[in-house]
Amino acid sequence: MSGYTADPRIRWTEWLPWLAAIGFFFLMPGYLSLGARILIFILFALSLDLILGYAGIITLGHSAFFGLGAYTAGALGAHTAISDPLLQLVAAAALSALLGLATGAVILRTRALTLLMLTLAITAILLEIANKWTSLTGGADGLSGVKVGEVLGMFRFDLYGKTAFFYCLAILFIGWYVVRRIVYSPYGAMLTGIRENASRMQAIGAPVYWRLVVIYAISATMAGIAGALLTQVNQFVGLNVLGLEPSGDILVMLILGGVGRLYGAFIGPVVYLIAQDYLAKQYPEYWYLGIGVLLIVVVLFARGGILGVLDRWLPFLRRASSARASAR
Amino acid sequence: MATVLETRKLCKSFGALTVADNIDFRLEAGARHALIGPNGAGKTTLVNMLMGALAPSSGSILLGGEDVTRAPQSARVRRGLGRTFQVTTLFRNLPVLDNVALGIAERDGTSTRLWKPAARHQGIRDESMAHLGALGLADDAATRVADLPYGKQRLVEIAIALGLKPKVLLLDEPAAGVPSHESELILRNLGKLPAEIAILIIEHDMDLVFRFARRITVLVQGVVLVEGTPEEIARDRRVHDVYLGEAHA
Repeated sequence: MSGYTADPRIRWTEWLPWLAAIGFFFLMPGYLSLGARILIFILFALSLDLILGYAGIITLGHSAFFGLGAYTAGALGAHTAISDPLLQLVAAAALSALLGLATGAVILRTRALTLLMLTLAITAILLEIANKWTSLTGGADGLSGVKVGEVLGMFRFDLYGKTAFFYCLAILFIGWYVVRRIVYSPYGAMLTGIRENASRMQAIGAPVYWRLVVIYAISATMAGIAGALLTQVNQFVGLNVLGLEPSGDILVMLILGGVGRLYGAFIGPVVYLIAQDYLAKQYPEYWYLGIGVLLIVVVLFARGGILGVLDRWLPFLRRASSARASAR
Repeated sequence: MATVLETRKLCKSFGALTVADNIDFRLEAGARHALIGPNGAGKTTLVNMLMGALAPSSGSILLGGEDVTRAPQSARVRRGLGRTFQVTTLFRNLPVLDNVALGIAERDGTSTRLWKPAARHQGIRDESMAHLGALGLADDAATRVADLPYGKQRLVEIAIALGLKPKVLLLDEPAAGVPSHESELILRNLGKLPAEIAILIIEHDMDLVFRFARRITVLVQGVVLVEGTPEEIARDRRVHDVYLGEAHA
């Protein structure tokens, strides 16, 4: 899946998600806003997979960066004249990167449950700040009236969500390519080493702590971009981008799809958000029950998530979809 | 001969328990030196202090003449100090080649590169294969470490350490847990290690120690009891009493 024996060439199956997305655009024009939402959460899940699946950093606070990105884009669009979507993305990325560096430098010296609690505390603090700082964030009412200009000065966000869909798809594609490069790079191989055996990495001379801080900041940057995309697509930010709930949701999506497999981050959000959309319409009061049952089934019977099951049942996918290559 | 690793009055206590008591120890360039002693003599504690995994209570450690007493593990590794572990500490789910390549990439600075695929760093792959070949592991390069027999896993430990191009190599019980028919394999490969590397071996297998080492230090309850050639140690009355006597009683 990564490392010095993994074939880094892109396999044909790795193009399937992109073909599916373009197919979706033409076949399901009434669902483009759901589609854009799915693309955004795939980017968010990818950023989480980078630290959880590859570096082994366990977190319940990844929404801190998603939320910061969302509010950065929101505050720029609502309170300033900066309405260029790419400029907003850059600002969100920069602030999330800084927050990732600052918090990562403090918390990544800890492990396991302590780390989990610290990540949770950070997003909880941000949630409370967003809740209280109403002049900037709109507080519990949310921040509406976020102005988002044309993408590259050409493509206006339309009522049907066509621009939004392709805009999110393009950003996701870049994000995927970057993550894939990192996963297959020596840095990615080194992260796998830390996940597998941190004390051995120390013994071969790796300053493990700094390596984790760097990847944490990279992941935070991507999560921040995903958050900013959500704001731009909705032209609104609510408090639900911060705190435990979105952190838990994205973790569930990734586990559902398969952790540490790159494409688990694609399958998880698709299944989760479509199930959520369907169940919420059919059983508005009980839809979370359906999600819960789905998760229990996956954790009990499908270790490695949906991709893990496909891996076992469809041997030809083993080589291709999970990108687990054998030595050349 | 030049001293490459030295301890001066090294002490370590855990509360009232003293596990290292004024240890003065020197390792010469190219040495084949064994550290022996009964269980609980403080051998692994000494290795952990030398590596920087454990801070001494007092005293100092010099690596290549420089004081590294307070230097972190990664800094000592970069200055040429390598080790293997008593209990195999490998990347069990990774291929054998990656286990060695990760170390080489740390040594030459490749491991922080984020873009070019790892598998395209042909120099690192070639060097990994060279180390594996020298230890007779070339055919196992693509095998997951967890799927190797234990004796070969011990050799992977050594291959990783060699990939770091150490000047000093600490072998913490390289034959521990290896079935007797495989320990010959370990010894044969130890004999092939480059002569310029100074090696400190900690081992319980006396047969292996006496065949491999040219100098032996006996540690008892944190104190250096005696140091000498294998012949001197074999003749020493005190060693028989506290150590060999116990084993051969």
